[in-house]
Amino acid sequence: MSINLTLIGQAISFAIFVWFCMKFIWPPLTSALEQRRKTISDGLSAAELGQQSLEKAKVDVELKLSEAKVEAKNIIVMAEKRQGDILDEASAKALEETSKKIKLAEQEIEQLSMRLKESLKKDLSKLVVEGAEIILKKEIDKGAHDKAIQDLVTKI
Amino acid sequence: MAAGAQTGSEYIKHHLTNLTFGRDSEGVWKIAETAQEAQEMGFYAIHIDSMGWSITLGFIFIFLFSMVARKASTGVPSGLQNGIEMIIEFIDSNVKDTFSHTNKLIAPMALTAFVWVLLMNLMDLVPVDWIPKLFDLGGVHYMKIVPTTDPNVTMGMSLSVFFLALFFSIKNKGIGGFVGELTLHPFSSKNLLIKIILIPINLFLEGVSLLARPISHGLRLFGNLYAGEMIFILIALLPLYAQWTLSVPWAIFHILVIVLQAFIFMVLMVVYMNMAHDAGDH
Repeated sequence: MSINLTLIGQAISFAIFVWFCMKFIWPPLTSALEQRRKTISDGLSAAELGQQSLEKAKVDVELKLSEAKVEAKNIIVMAEKRQGDILDEASAKALEETSKKIKLAEQEIEQLSMRLKESLKKDLSKLVVEGAEIILKKEIDKGAHDKAIQDLVTKI
Repeated sequence: MAAGAQTGSEYIKHHLTNLTFGRDSEGVWKIAETAQEAQEMGFYAIHIDSMGWSITLGFIFIFLFSMVARKASTGVPSGLQNGIEMIIEFIDSNVKDTFSHTNKLIAPMALTAFVWVLLMNLMDLVPVDWIPKLFDLGGVHYMKIVPTTDPNVTMGMSLSVFFLALFFSIKNKGIGGFVGELTLHPFSSKNLLIKIILIPINLFLEGVSLLARPISHGLRLFGNLYAGEMIFILIALLPLYAQWTLSVPWAIFHILVIVLQAFIFMVLMVVYMNMAHDAGDH
């Protein structure tokens, strides 16, 4: 229990151990800790950034969706309008066409009736000639004459 | 007990004697054979057991920590690395709280002191007879396995810290600043004559407080561990069947003392170093 050279020996070994620790133990361990701390904080801030961009993307998506909805509505409205237009146009065209066709039919009818009248006139004149011939053959008989004219008239 | 023929006081004395190598009264260098002889060897002797165990434990510290340091990964740490890192962070935060200057030596020194002292204190928990008995069988009759129960060990460290503190004091404050700190406080005056009269008083007060630091630093650790060891030895004197009733609670309590004393030793070391770096705040 007396103080002796152990004191100095201990001081020397303490110095050596401290030197070794300072040289080979403390720096690598603390730098590893520091590096890990940095990695973790980088990771955390990256996650933060990711979160933020996710939020932003969500907002963007929301915006784009509402825009798309409005556009879709517009397209539908336009399409409806266009449909109406097309229908109107088509019915107008149809009307025009029908009236054209009616006109044509009327013209045809007119022509037909004209032709009919013509042929009728021809027939009538033939009949008149025939009737005149008959009357002329049977001498002039007033009664018969009249009767023939009457016949002609009824024939017409 | 070590031997049936031993009395209680012989047993205690045997357990408190270091394996001493030194020069005996006839001037021959040899290992002391009795406690008396060891005592008579004086300063030119060395405690082989204290040195051996402390250096062995120091190498365990170095080996363990440098093994982890060599392959320290910055990714997810493995079990051992995790434990080592906990100690490192603990020391680092303590040093950062206490030591407000930059000095690359302080934190590694605090780590070394803490872990080394802790390991040396831990030897106290090894049952008092196991290792001495083993050595006794091998023909070595004295073996004290707890280095911190040797005042040479604790004072050796505290004096190293003391001289280092003196060195840093003079380096940071200059010789003038250091001497001024010793002579012009705590009593000071604006009158030059009174100032000069006060110098010896200040020198005495500051000198005592300066010298008390390394002594209390070293003896605190020694005293705590020595007392703890002494109580373990006393408990070992009880009959075998009764020993556990006292040794178990004392050992559990002593776990606290071991860690606490290592921590106190480390913190005081950092505090003294900080004082040595504080220039001009008086």
